[in-house]
Amino acid sequence: MKPFRTVSGIALPLDRVDVDTDQIIPKQFLKRIERTGYGDFLFCDWRNRSDGTPDPTFVLNRAEYQGAPILLAGRNFGCGSSREHAAWALSDFGIRAVVAPSFADIFQSNCFQNGLLPVILADAEVRTLMSRALQTPGHEVTVDLESCRVTDKKGFEASFEVDPFRRECLLKGLDDIDLTLRNVDRIRAYEEARGAAG
Amino acid sequence: MTTPHTLFEKVWDSHVVHREHGQPDLLYVDLHLVHEVTSPQAFEGLRVAGRPVRRPDRTVATVDHNVPTWSRSLPVRDEIARTQIEALRRNVAEFKIPFYDMDSPHQGIVHVIGPEMGYTRPGMTIVCGDSHTSTHGAFGALAFGIGTSQVEHVLATQCLSTPKPKTLLIDVKGALPTGVTAKDLILGIIGIIGVDGAQGYVIEYAGEAIRSLSMEGRMTVCNMSIEAGARAGMIAPDETTFSYVKGRPQAPQGKAFDAAVGLWRGLASDPGARYDRTVTIHAGDLAPTVTWGTNPGMVVPVTGKVPDPDELKSPDDREASRRALEYMGLQPGTPIKEIRLDRVFIGSCTNSRLEDLREAAKAVEGKHVHPSVRAMVVPGSTQVKLEAEREGLDKVFLDAGFEWRESGCSMCLGMNPDILGAGERCASTSNRNFEGRQGRGGRTHLVSPSMAAAAAVAGHFVDIREWSYGGNGR
Repeated sequence: MKPFRTVSGIALPLDRVDVDTDQIIPKQFLKRIERTGYGDFLFCDWRNRSDGTPDPTFVLNRAEYQGAPILLAGRNFGCGSSREHAAWALSDFGIRAVVAPSFADIFQSNCFQNGLLPVILADAEVRTLMSRALQTPGHEVTVDLESCRVTDKKGFEASFEVDPFRRECLLKGLDDIDLTLRNVDRIRAYEEARGAAG
Repeated sequence: MTTPHTLFEKVWDSHVVHREHGQPDLLYVDLHLVHEVTSPQAFEGLRVAGRPVRRPDRTVATVDHNVPTWSRSLPVRDEIARTQIEALRRNVAEFKIPFYDMDSPHQGIVHVIGPEMGYTRPGMTIVCGDSHTSTHGAFGALAFGIGTSQVEHVLATQCLSTPKPKTLLIDVKGALPTGVTAKDLILGIIGIIGVDGAQGYVIEYAGEAIRSLSMEGRMTVCNMSIEAGARAGMIAPDETTFSYVKGRPQAPQGKAFDAAVGLWRGLASDPGARYDRTVTIHAGDLAPTVTWGTNPGMVVPVTGKVPDPDELKSPDDREASRRALEYMGLQPGTPIKEIRLDRVFIGSCTNSRLEDLREAAKAVEGKHVHPSVRAMVVPGSTQVKLEAEREGLDKVFLDAGFEWRESGCSMCLGMNPDILGAGERCASTSNRNFEGRQGRGGRTHLVSPSMAAAAAVAGHFVDIREWSYGGNGR
């Protein structure tokens, strides 16, 4: 996994609550057997009108926000299906951090597995960033995992909490399976203690 | 005096392989369910790293998400879906994992066949790359959905390192009124606590209404825990649970079963056990329920009207409701019973078990599907289908004008050819009414099986409590 330390760049304001993973990556793209290449399909049904042409009003299609590494969203982002394809699609599109007042549990866990940082800020803090990003398209924000702070050049500053273990894994780009396999003797002992059926 | 523990704490604590300060617990996984959609990248990861599957004997695979529900003798026409199914076949062969393929009499939706085969048992930890894994919590198991990276993790290590959730007790007081089902109960609960109301929590459902539910009803309730944002939903095992599990092919048999029941009896939460939060629901307040919007918390009793977004307090909720109404093509103030339907879907891991099909069949027996409605029944497993056919339920549905299909996830998520067209409005017994969930532009209303069946006949929503059962109607 690629390490995450700090990311600066354009903030992409998706001003909606309860965005579910069916919207982030619609089901027709889950039939692929690869981990990569989902970025083109991110928010497919919102990016494209029913005739297949891009909807120029949707924030992902607007020229001023191209190349944004930071997504701003409303509460409960990533609810619904457990599909990790949602994290893959965001990552493949170039998003490195998502800032929202809350995240669905499975989505949040999937982000950490893919070097994508979910940042929880207070409602009012997200609202401030959202307003700035909407009013000044191209507004830049910095997310720093080492200091656990989100800042911008207009004086915005907020700290966030992240599970210390997850933070360490992201900063160092550690592989979860390798970490668990360091405990292989304990796993074996657990299985033996539970008997033959263990 | 020992400290009283909750059901969740007992299951969690007995599965901790390793605990270290500052790190999430390393939890042992008893059962890992695998399907074709969320597993190919995990198996590929194992191959790249040269890792074996640690416990193929604790892993079970089937195909459910993208299999067509027309005759099993026909080929899978969707080339990409076929590639995914074939990838699973290769992976289970290479890693020697038990597999129920499309032509197996035990194929079915992974959350239907687990309990049906007796793989799912009280006190277990169960994971699957699918959010509706919470279904298995109905047995007093700790069961939750995981992403594909974690699928790979469990395949490689049989463990998961995951933060410990908080506990939420949902105490359902009183009995469910006549005509109010497990589906209405869980939709009602989500309406009250919200689609993120249980984020970070494992729910334990308790109280008279829960105890009175069959295992099928309990599975419906636990299934939709995720729609309230919960990590899992659990119900303490009791006689209803034990008699359901008894005699199932993968369950312990004879003396081993009796010994297991002895242990399972100790799983219920101890008197005085503390929860991080408690919510009390009065079953008597609930009615047959219909969703009007684009998430499962947007619910209203069938006797109600489409709500007015302007009456909501928070600007975020007003905006979300406006978007939902626009997508759903509905006007505030429209009585729910006047909403006309194009499609009806009876199926999914929420409501596709034998009891669900019996309830639906009862409502349509001797009647006929409305001419403007296309209705289908998709049994949750091949066993459910065969058993329903032995009881003649297929004939009831076919005579009434329903399509009777092979088992799978089908139109719950429309990964196979069963999808809604743009603008089509569907009464569905599934679990998600998200935009585009059942097909781009499709409009989903979630209801119970009997409400869906009656709506198919009437062509619009009806209050099942006023339904005239028996023939001679349309």
